[in-house]
Amino acid sequence: MADNLKVEELDQVVVRFSGDSGDGMQLAGNIFSTISATVGNGICTFPDYPADIRAPQGSLTGVSGFQVSIASDKAFTPGDKCDVLVAMNPAALKTQYKFCKPTSSIIIDVDSFKKADLEKAQFEATDAAGAIAEMGIKQDVIEVPVTSMVKDVLADSGMDPKAMLKCRNMLALGLVCYIFNRDLSIAEKFLRDKFSGKKAAIAENNIKVIHAGYDFGANTHASVSHTYNVVSKQTPAKKGRYMDINGNKATAYGLIAAAEKAGLRLYLGSYPITPATDVLHELSKHKSLGVTTVQCEDEIAGCASALGASFAGALGVTSTSGPGICLKSEAMNLAVIMELPLVVIDVQRGGPATGLPTKSEQTDLLQVLFGRNGETPMPVIAATSPADCFESAYAACKIALEHMTPVVFMSDAYIANGSEAFKLPNLAEYPAINIPYVPESMKGTWTPYMRDERDVRYWAVPGREGFAHILGGLEKDSKTGAISTNPENHDLMCRLRQSKIDKIPVPDVEVEGDKDNADLLIVGFGGTYGHLHAAMDEMRAAGKKVALAHFRYINPLPKNTAEVLKKYKKVVVAEQNLGQFAAFLRMKVDGFAPAQFNEVKGQPFVVSELVAAFNKLI
Amino acid sequence: MSEYTAKDYKKGQPRWCPGCGDHFFLASLHKAMAEIGVAPHDIAVISGIGCSSRLPHYMATYGMNTIHGRAAAIATGCKVSNPKLSVWQVSGDGDGLAIGGNHFIHANRRNIDLKMILLNNRIYGLTKGQYSPTSPRGFVSKSSPYGTVEDPFRPAELCFGARGHFFARAVATDAEGTVNVLKAAHAHKGAAGCEILQNCVIFNDGTHEAVYTKEGRAKNAIYLKHGEKMLFGENNEFGLMQDGFNVKVVKLGENGITEKDILVHDAHCEDNTLQLKLAMMDYPVALGVIRDVEAPTYDDAVNAQIEEVKAAKKYHNFAELLETNDTWEVK
Repeated sequence: MADNLKVEELDQVVVRFSGDSGDGMQLAGNIFSTISATVGNGICTFPDYPADIRAPQGSLTGVSGFQVSIASDKAFTPGDKCDVLVAMNPAALKTQYKFCKPTSSIIIDVDSFKKADLEKAQFEATDAAGAIAEMGIKQDVIEVPVTSMVKDVLADSGMDPKAMLKCRNMLALGLVCYIFNRDLSIAEKFLRDKFSGKKAAIAENNIKVIHAGYDFGANTHASVSHTYNVVSKQTPAKKGRYMDINGNKATAYGLIAAAEKAGLRLYLGSYPITPATDVLHELSKHKSLGVTTVQCEDEIAGCASALGASFAGALGVTSTSGPGICLKSEAMNLAVIMELPLVVIDVQRGGPATGLPTKSEQTDLLQVLFGRNGETPMPVIAATSPADCFESAYAACKIALEHMTPVVFMSDAYIANGSEAFKLPNLAEYPAINIPYVPESMKGTWTPYMRDERDVRYWAVPGREGFAHILGGLEKDSKTGAISTNPENHDLMCRLRQSKIDKIPVPDVEVEGDKDNADLLIVGFGGTYGHLHAAMDEMRAAGKKVALAHFRYINPLPKNTAEVLKKYKKVVVAEQNLGQFAAFLRMKVDGFAPAQFNEVKGQPFVVSELVAAFNKLI
Repeated sequence: MSEYTAKDYKKGQPRWCPGCGDHFFLASLHKAMAEIGVAPHDIAVISGIGCSSRLPHYMATYGMNTIHGRAAAIATGCKVSNPKLSVWQVSGDGDGLAIGGNHFIHANRRNIDLKMILLNNRIYGLTKGQYSPTSPRGFVSKSSPYGTVEDPFRPAELCFGARGHFFARAVATDAEGTVNVLKAAHAHKGAAGCEILQNCVIFNDGTHEAVYTKEGRAKNAIYLKHGEKMLFGENNEFGLMQDGFNVKVVKLGENGITEKDILVHDAHCEDNTLQLKLAMMDYPVALGVIRDVEAPTYDDAVNAQIEEVKAAKKYHNFAELLETNDTWEVK
């Protein structure tokens, strides 16, 4: 590295890798985030991929992006805009440039800016310089002959040209590592672990290419005015072993952990649907843990079979997105009246109907709370980050099993696909799951709707002698368990099912920031936590008094909800829908009249927009 | 010998209309279960919605009377996750073939070890008389006052089309025939579709009239038995012969036809072509076990695969699963 090159110390930087769907941008981004996490930085990633599986190569609709934010402390969001943009082709430059700041550096593969490439991306220009001028780009553009360098480096590798081109992403990664002063030995280890045994040659070739990219940066100073360093702030609480995890994988892990803790077989009945399918994929891999996955004929059967599995004594789970919830509603409702455990995973996407399948919204909230016939109270838990999907899925299972009820676990496309560092959990430290099996002493006197002091009925699993019984969708007598249309009994049963849910203990909602003297309380739920937190941090850094109450438990609401919401003179509920959580809170907290910030764009919140909107409220 | 009697499987007082075929079927089911001898607490009887779906309420077994059409799907989760249970799924023609048609075909295709009872009275009784997917074309009902303009399903055809490996048929009023079919269904490992022809005394009386009485069956039905000649009639004077791509009814002694010309029933034949021909006949109506072919079951395969993967993989609990990931340490 040249001595006169400036190294800028930063708290947070954002890199966006972009290219064709097949260019390996997600892998490059993943390795970069892992390297950063390994040195103790906070990471938060956001893959932004197109709905088309393989749009035509080089076309504007086929661009795939991967944004990673690395921070000296916790990274709450993947960042609104990036400090470095890697654009592997003209289409990427054209579509991703909007994510650049005025100070961004842009890296392009100049070899892929030939006339034909530019035409595919609808440029009139015939070379890179022309394209840059055509777009009016004023930022530093580092023109790197990525393709030809990769071919040179791998000339003696015996690889065919097509395979060589697959390594272009590693050259870009090497250069990014140079710019951010990252230690390549971690990337080397990552690749050697990923490609071992017969694939070891792949690892070595990729490593060669990464070094070439890094050296290119060092030799040319990468034509940049400075490199960056994001120092890790070490705190004792952060000590431990970590892995990178996205929300869907964390959800699957939470289910596995809960089933193991409860000593039950985990059964997933599911049907493929974006963006929830990776939960099915992940669980399907782990048969060695006894996990049973059935890819059913439809969403209805996914949920129905999970309920059948629960009846038979397993932990029944079904996974889907909003359109699937529509179809599962009847079986979810059956679970309400049969009072069996069931966990329904709703990874929200844009709606209505097919809507925006790969994009993120929070528009299913009222559907999962109320979208069923009859009085059908159902606990709802909304995970707040990729890693929190683990905690929330575990909590959903615990409630379902301990309170004999279906539970909805909500995440969304953003946290399902986004990733962050996940401290390896020690299952022994997690709370026990105590299942209300019917005690043997009740044999002979037990009926299916007898309840304990929490209004929870007992679970009698088929196979137990002396406890044969029938459950079903018809209303039952509270005492005998026989079918009953008695008006008083039905009223009582509706109230008991409600009171059972109301009695579920959930932790208080925590207020962060200026909890004693905030001029504005921000309220949110679920996957927007990172963005709302980042907005609060930014406002507080500017001297504003702001607090955040972010909800994970939606139903039942935490006991301190009303107290918290009424404590501050100004409250704003910010959510990615047209006001569903605000409406629910108004219904539950008498006299609550918050300001609202609503956006339904299918994209994560933009922190700067949140800050601008919130500032107007103070 | 079984240690149980029919009484051990009985519960409550059925509330079906007097004369309803459901009563007859229920009595046969109690009797068949006693002969089969699986303990009541190891049985789950799962139904959907409809008159016949009330049936689990009258069984002293574990049971669920669920939602319309979903019994096969719910039973699937039950059997796959707890394979030691004997799982019986009970549906009517509306429940099983209209709203639940998708689950019916997929349970057959997957070959899940479910005993799938289809009580076919060709009418919606509980909603008071609308045509069902098995009502014949032109059928007049409250929702088709001028006659239906659609063709019915034939359950056997759907079962075979879905690659089902077992199909049997009985008439509800024929206790012996019904018990035999239910026992054969139990003995068959895999999805076992049993069509029970029955009356709805209120809305579709006489729908299976030709075979509803003993005398009618003697004339108009053929009891199929694996390995036996396909003879029928009051004095076994008729038989079935192959006729090109078809099966035809012949009279013994006419045109020089003797017993040796008559087809022998082969329920175990993998190819279902002739079995389907038999199942589709209007005269005589084929009763008994029409198809009974061994095949791997879904629930066995799912659980066998879990054991195979357990043996092949090195991680068997959550802590070991975590170790399969790339990790780093913050010191």
